[in-house]
Amino acid sequence: MLEAAHGRAPAVASAIRRVVNPENMIFTYQGDGDLASIGMAETVHACMRGENITIIFINNGIYGMTGGQMAPTTMPGEKATTCVYGRDPKVNGNPVRMAEMLATLTGPAYIERVSVYDVPHVNKAKAAIKKAFQMQMEKKGLSFIEVVANCPTNYHMTALESMKFVKEKACEFYPLGVFKDITKEEK
Amino acid sequence: MKKLWKGNEAIAEAAVAAGCRYFFGYPITPQNEIPEYLSWRLPEVGGAFIQAESEVSAINMVYGAAGAGARCMTSSSSPGISLKQEGMSYIAGAELPCVIVNIMRSGPGLGGIQPAQGDYFQATKGGGHGDYHPIVYAPSSIQEFVDITYSAFDVADKYRTPVMIIGDGMLGQMMEPAEIPPMRDLSTLPDKNDWAACGHSDGVPRIINSLRIEPEENEAFNIRLFKKYEEITKNETKCDDYMLDDAEIVFVAYGSVARICKAAVVELRAQGIKAGLIRPITLYPYPTNNIAEAAKKDCVKKFITVELSMGQMVEDVRLSVNGLKPVEFYGRSGGSVMMPGDLVKYVKEGK
Ligand SMILES: Cc1ncc(C[n+]2csc(CCOP(=O)(O)OP(=O)(O)O)c2C)c(N)n1
Repeated sequence: MLEAAHGRAPAVASAIRRVVNPENMIFTYQGDGDLASIGMAETVHACMRGENITIIFINNGIYGMTGGQMAPTTMPGEKATTCVYGRDPKVNGNPVRMAEMLATLTGPAYIERVSVYDVPHVNKAKAAIKKAFQMQMEKKGLSFIEVVANCPTNYHMTALESMKFVKEKACEFYPLGVFKDITKEEK
Repeated sequence: MKKLWKGNEAIAEAAVAAGCRYFFGYPITPQNEIPEYLSWRLPEVGGAFIQAESEVSAINMVYGAAGAGARCMTSSSSPGISLKQEGMSYIAGAELPCVIVNIMRSGPGLGGIQPAQGDYFQATKGGGHGDYHPIVYAPSSIQEFVDITYSAFDVADKYRTPVMIIGDGMLGQMMEPAEIPPMRDLSTLPDKNDWAACGHSDGVPRIINSLRIEPEENEAFNIRLFKKYEEITKNETKCDDYMLDDAEIVFVAYGSVARICKAAVVELRAQGIKAGLIRPITLYPYPTNNIAEAAKKDCVKKFITVELSMGQMVEDVRLSVNGLKPVEFYGRSGGSVMMPGDLVKYVKEGK
């Protein structure tokens, strides 16, 4: 395990890919502030290079660790400590849909957005991550799994309420599904 | 009227009172209350707040706003301040006035979020590339945070230079009574029309840059910059002392640590040991003369530099004392903080 500076994991992983055995599995685990804000350049460029790594992207729409600031994935109207009246795209900019955006690139091999708000979805997320690792083992290239997740603490909700929020609000704004899959394109 | 203020929020409101209308930042503990406060406060007074995508972006927003003539500020904590160093070097190279706040945490690397003073070298010796220094203030109370923030924008404008204010997680997070000075009348702020690139129709281009590709030109600029630093050293050096007159043991400490030293001085005096304190308020320019003068006094037996680091400011204390008296170092780092009793024990037992 290597800890990367905030946002830089895809760069760190890209270099590890060149050093270790091709059989070694490499994945990054990143939040939305990490991957889609400060680390946007590293994310896009690792995808452009089509690195044979897996990126697991935990999208909870908020800066959790630092105490609830607006994230690049905070939805319009959603409150955060740096947009206390709710995100206003005119003032705070628009959120980004990373899976869709990265699917426009040639580099990535597999991009799927999943969620974990109930057991069936946890199982689907598990299957997607397994497929991502399998594709990495087959040297098919970069796989990107976006997980729409919760942060009850900074949503100021109970765990159950936050799951409901993820199901009803977040998964509507961030639709689940496969956005790119070269194994399907091959067929 | 005095009110109970949290350190970070006091800095934010003092900046607003000073006429700062633009803030660009990025979340990082333990300074989050500054961007959080200004995110709603600045729009209230007709200003603007941007949560940048990174510290690199935030400092370049400062470059843009300062270059366009606005009073502006950014804040961060150690790892984020490292990312701002490139931009700070460009700001120094383009001679732009702005204020940068560093509420320090421990390092190196990701470190921790507890108080530390490990960014002294970075702050005072330039931090970014090239020959430059920001002016660096190190307040030790919430009121001093307020007063220094309030005047920092004037100092930055006067010399067209970046000003840094450094505190630590202890000062940023604690609450104390403080009084915010009255709101500056914006029409009394310095006129930057002759140099700021804010859209002119007089046909005279205002150019904000730092590319000086001819060695002669770049050297001439650097010499002029350092002439300015001489002026700053003469006019802006600030230092405080406590029970120094007859002191035999002289602590040198800044920021939160100076308060711990003060308590140690009181306790040592109660036990019959004549201790005193020199507290640099500006870390650049450094109050070399204040320390040198103390070193010349017969009563002074030795200096003890106390820091929340492995020993950084102690180098400047040694340069100031210049071998006249012994200079010792007592430090804690990584987010650990000494107690006054630790210093008393150190003075009495040497450990
Ligand atoms: C250069 C730098 N800037 C800021 C931080 C502070 N910081 C720590 S984690 C984090 C982001 C938290 O949000 P996210 O990546 O969405 O992850 P979450 O905590 O929500 O899982 C930030 C800004 C840092 N560690 N380094």
